[in-house]
Amino acid sequence: MFKAQNYAKVTSLTEALELNKKRTNKVLGGGCWMKMGKKNINTLIDLSGLGLDKITETDDEIIIGSLVTLRDIETSPVIEKNFGNFFKDAFTHIVGVQFRNCATIGGSVFSRFGFSDIVTSLIVLDTKIELAGGETVSMEEYSERDYDNDIVVNIHIKKGGRKAAYESFRNTQTDIPVLNCSLAYDGKKLYAAVGARPMRGKVSTMDCPDVENSEEVFKFFEKIQAETEFGTNTRASKEYRKHLSLVLLKRVYKKLVCKEGDAK
Amino acid sequence: MIITVKINGKTYKDEVAPDTVLLDYLRSHGCYSVKRGCETSNCGLCTVHMDSKPVLSCSVLAVRADGQEITTLEGLQKEAEEFGAFLADEGGEQCGFCSPGFIMNVLAMVKELKNPTDEEIKKYLEGNLCRCTGYQSQMRAVKKYLDFKQKEEQK
Ligand SMILES: Cc1cc2nc3c(=O)[nH]c(=O)nc-3n(C[C@H](O)[C@H](O)[C@H](O)COP(=O)(O)OP(=O)(O)OC[C@H]3O[C@@H](n4cnc5c(N)ncnc54)[C@H](O)[C@@H]3O)c2cc1C
Ligand code: FES
Ligand code: FES
Repeated sequence: MFKAQNYAKVTSLTEALELNKKRTNKVLGGGCWMKMGKKNINTLIDLSGLGLDKITETDDEIIIGSLVTLRDIETSPVIEKNFGNFFKDAFTHIVGVQFRNCATIGGSVFSRFGFSDIVTSLIVLDTKIELAGGETVSMEEYSERDYDNDIVVNIHIKKGGRKAAYESFRNTQTDIPVLNCSLAYDGKKLYAAVGARPMRGKVSTMDCPDVENSEEVFKFFEKIQAETEFGTNTRASKEYRKHLSLVLLKRVYKKLVCKEGDAK
Repeated sequence: MIITVKINGKTYKDEVAPDTVLLDYLRSHGCYSVKRGCETSNCGLCTVHMDSKPVLSCSVLAVRADGQEITTLEGLQKEAEEFGAFLADEGGEQCGFCSPGFIMNVLAMVKELKNPTDEEIKKYLEGNLCRCTGYQSQMRAVKKYLDFKQKEEQK
């Protein structure tokens, strides 16, 4: 467990940014990851007074506040209407319902863990991360950045463009993934990401006028398998991950193109 | 920081340190059903309801409970006894250490899901670890309890 001296429930992002300039101060998400560490924190910066716990739908995007929990996203009718079971499939294996009622999307995006199901799912959609101070970056770019003292305010996901599917593989149900994989299609292009390699997911794209042409699509998958870097850790070897990547890509493709009922 | 929290229907106003977790705060108010079974947010033993949602009290800071309503097993005696009887009948309570957290999550599930399938039940209860039972007896107890509740509703 971390130690914290002070607690500041800020009333504006300007105040949060000011406090966050100090290295020993930390923004509080759900606290689930922070609790595993032993940091000595000077001031905990709590954004919970800023209304960032809501999911909003506009004409062209879904805006998810940084304090929205993983479970909120999984059970949101707005998210389901726009993305089907995509986020459910991505988040459902993360520890348990009670945990997902605590862990936040902001804390997850900021942490951008190598094993992250959150990064691997957001990255194949048209996702932008809104940071305090006005900067907005794509999920792809943000995931490559070095850790800094930025503050994640909202996650913006473009509506209507991409249909997506998700698969992960775990040694035991609620453990962190050995490998995860997402695939999205917008009618013209395929966007694929393989994460937990154990490094973060990166997006590969392919021009694809006919998504049902599995021969072409599988060639694209084989190319991803050949060109992607995999690593070894306690959960699996890099050879195993490499083999698994093609299996998961094919599974996720089936999920994406098959209509309900004929996914055999 | 001063927080105002309703615990099992009673309102408390207390000064808490920023790094106190809800679990320790609740135990300091006599809620000894709330237990710590791990250091890694994995076991579900510390489950309580915050604003009617099941959360891990080992991972939520007490400051975040400010203005919220918390329910622990102590506040749900009637429901807990009712489900507890099914659990005991099926042999789903061996050492019993996991029971308070498990019961709290089952009661949350009953409120949240309508006619859950086996798969949905398993997914909802996945975050409650038990070293003794092997989960089969717990599963039987949950299903019998759900049947019982449904029949009760139809009456
Ligand atoms: C036991 C365990 C198992 C897990 N398993 C998985 C898994 O299988 N798959 C998966 O994808 N993830 C997994 N996770 C990660 C989890 O999903 C969350 O991503 C993680 O807990 C961080 O979210 P949080 O809200 O708890 O953040 P916190 O713990 O509150 O914060 C984490 C970090 O982010 C910073 N931070 C928080 N919010 C913001 C913000 N708005 N702006 C800037 N910085 C911020 C904090 O200062 C801190 O440095 C696991 C975590 C744990 C503890
Ligand atoms: S004590 Fe194990 S999850 Fe909270
Ligand atoms: S009955 Fe012993 S841990 Fe569950």
